[in-house]
Amino acid sequence: MELSQVNVELTGADLFVRCLQDEGVEYVFGYPGGAALHIYDAVFKQDKVKHILVRHEQGAAHAADGYARATGRPGVVLVTSGPGITNTITGIATAYMDSIPLVVFSGQVPTHLIGDDAFQEVDAVGLTRPCVKHNFLVRDVKDLALTIKKAFYIATTGRPGPVHVDIPKDVTAQKTRYYYPESVNMRSYNPVIKGHPGQIKKAVELILSAKRPMIYTGGGVVLGEAAEALTELVRLLGYPCTNTLMGLGAFPGTDPLFVGMLGMHGTYEANMAMHECDVLVAIGARFDDRITGDLNKFCPYARIIHVDIDPASISKNVPVDVPIVGNAANVMKDMIAAIRASGRKPDQEALKAWWKQLQAWRAVDCLNYDRKSELIKPQFVIEKLYEVTGGDAFVTSDVGQHQMWAAQFYKFNKPRRWINSGGLGTMGFGMPAAMGVQFAYPDATVTCVTGEASILMCIQELSTCKQYDLPIKIINLNNRYMGMVRQWQEFFYDRRYSHSYMDALPDFKKMAESYGHVGMFIDKPGDVEGALKEALKMKDRLVFMDFITDQKENVYPMIAAGSGHHEMHLSPSTGEAPAKRELA
Amino acid sequence: MRHIISILLENEAGALSRVANLFSARGYNIDSLTVAPTEDETLSRMTLVTRGSEDIIEQITKQLHKLVDVVKLTDLTEGQHIEREMMLIKVRAVGAAREEAKRLVDIFRGRIIDVTDTTYAIELTGTGDKLDAFIEAIRGLGIIELARTGASGIGRGEKGLRA
Repeated sequence: MELSQVNVELTGADLFVRCLQDEGVEYVFGYPGGAALHIYDAVFKQDKVKHILVRHEQGAAHAADGYARATGRPGVVLVTSGPGITNTITGIATAYMDSIPLVVFSGQVPTHLIGDDAFQEVDAVGLTRPCVKHNFLVRDVKDLALTIKKAFYIATTGRPGPVHVDIPKDVTAQKTRYYYPESVNMRSYNPVIKGHPGQIKKAVELILSAKRPMIYTGGGVVLGEAAEALTELVRLLGYPCTNTLMGLGAFPGTDPLFVGMLGMHGTYEANMAMHECDVLVAIGARFDDRITGDLNKFCPYARIIHVDIDPASISKNVPVDVPIVGNAANVMKDMIAAIRASGRKPDQEALKAWWKQLQAWRAVDCLNYDRKSELIKPQFVIEKLYEVTGGDAFVTSDVGQHQMWAAQFYKFNKPRRWINSGGLGTMGFGMPAAMGVQFAYPDATVTCVTGEASILMCIQELSTCKQYDLPIKIINLNNRYMGMVRQWQEFFYDRRYSHSYMDALPDFKKMAESYGHVGMFIDKPGDVEGALKEALKMKDRLVFMDFITDQKENVYPMIAAGSGHHEMHLSPSTGEAPAKRELA
Repeated sequence: MRHIISILLENEAGALSRVANLFSARGYNIDSLTVAPTEDETLSRMTLVTRGSEDIIEQITKQLHKLVDVVKLTDLTEGQHIEREMMLIKVRAVGAAREEAKRLVDIFRGRIIDVTDTTYAIELTGTGDKLDAFIEAIRGLGIIELARTGASGIGRGEKGLRA
């Protein structure tokens, strides 16, 4: 007899664990507490669903998130009421902004105490409501299994996102017959998957008529498992392709058709091509302000096609000419078929002239930096990391300058390898996210590129890494500043470095050692490569590499707020910009 | 422009709060909002009056659609529709004002539903404009208190908003 049809009475807690088993959940990241104790007891009595004990609930949410980003499967979190759920909020909001499928379960005080300001009571569904795709408060054990099924269904379909289920303690003690539904049908929730054929036809017509085309894709291509379709489409057309911060790896970073990341710290060629293009094909990207710059100066010559699974993302910030609602993979496959069936090819002459222009922009070499410096340049560390890992590592990051350098200098050829908090910009995300990735892929090289300010925000998870022997390689680009804050203060606040200096830092090498890991201190450019190689050889150890980097290095190119794509600040190390181009 | 959006949503705890949250989080205006269960008790019907440019209204309807509890919605102002609002208003009614109040109630086709020596409680139904006009007309007599329900509406013709 199928497990899901066993006709026995179970407590809510046992039923909860059975549901996770039947859902195929491999790992639950969590932290126990009073309201969740019945559930923790049920977790203890089985070993099918593995529970990973973190040191702070924020770490649980980020770890589950990292697991989800790396695998495409939903990440699962289990915490207690009150501070348990409030501590996860940053992690939930992080996942929400980047459309990551998470299912977060929290214990709640017993139903008869709800509203009484009971011990460790908080209005959990009220708190998470603005930063989840949906949430539930389960008031009856008979609703528990169906609610769990709905939570996984909603989190993983359509535009994915976190779903929160709050479970009062008495519900986990009540008994009911176990039944886990195979599927669920909701009248109020039916995401569109297929693109409209008429719109696809219109889009293909526009794509083939382009003289200066540009393909701009985002996280939706990664989330929608559409990297293969994108690669095929771009290569079929021979058009330039740029990825957003969230979309890196969806198109091979080493392909000559790839012009780099776009946006505030995008490449000169990507941003100039955005400004000058006549047809823009946006796929699974949401025209975020860090991408568009000043909306009044955005893509002034372009007619725009926008493919997105979320209708509300279309024409939200930028009006588009051809909207297509649908899953990125399905829509691109239909586009490829339509292009092939038409027997038409893009205008080769126009495309040749366009690529000539693109190469001239590329020749600016916008990511160049001072390679003769006596100090360790952070860009150099990432370049070496790329080399020694053969471009095949998982790279998580925190938020700030190091994140931008990792995005610019590590060329991702596969989706789901680059894992960072793009939308919310959560410092502290990197290491716990790397834990989730390492659980999903125990034998893979998982690296965390971070800075000394970010890493301290979830540093307690070094203890979790020790408990589960996670051999993460931490690359700490230590410039003794909140680098991105310092950079803005240098540019826009007349060098008044208000509270951006990290004073009284720990000795990271000793700190790592005190947690039982390997620590390394590197302060000479000549030692960078050797240190990385040595660390990567330690397959079964977490290695914390503290690189003392140039304090004054800035991230270039940069589009300041209120500027357009053609108004970039370029690095002093960059070659001459082509003539007749206006630069700020 | 003013829009009346009619929404069918699951009659579940938190559904109203999700709609209200959406409006405050994204900075949209709510002129009025009414909600009550329909003949099918699993469904509530909400009438929401809002203002904004066409772009904003498009975003509002898309964002509302995205809420998992929302089953269906329609912008009533896009077609022929009927709109009504009910108001209960208590006014001072002493001496000559007593007759004057009664006359105004008759003109506006309202009903006096409670009477004391010094006051009338009046029930009045109509469009928001009509209620506004009545308030202006009777203001001089002295308004003690008033309660308006906010607009409720349905489309004209055979079609209806159904799950």
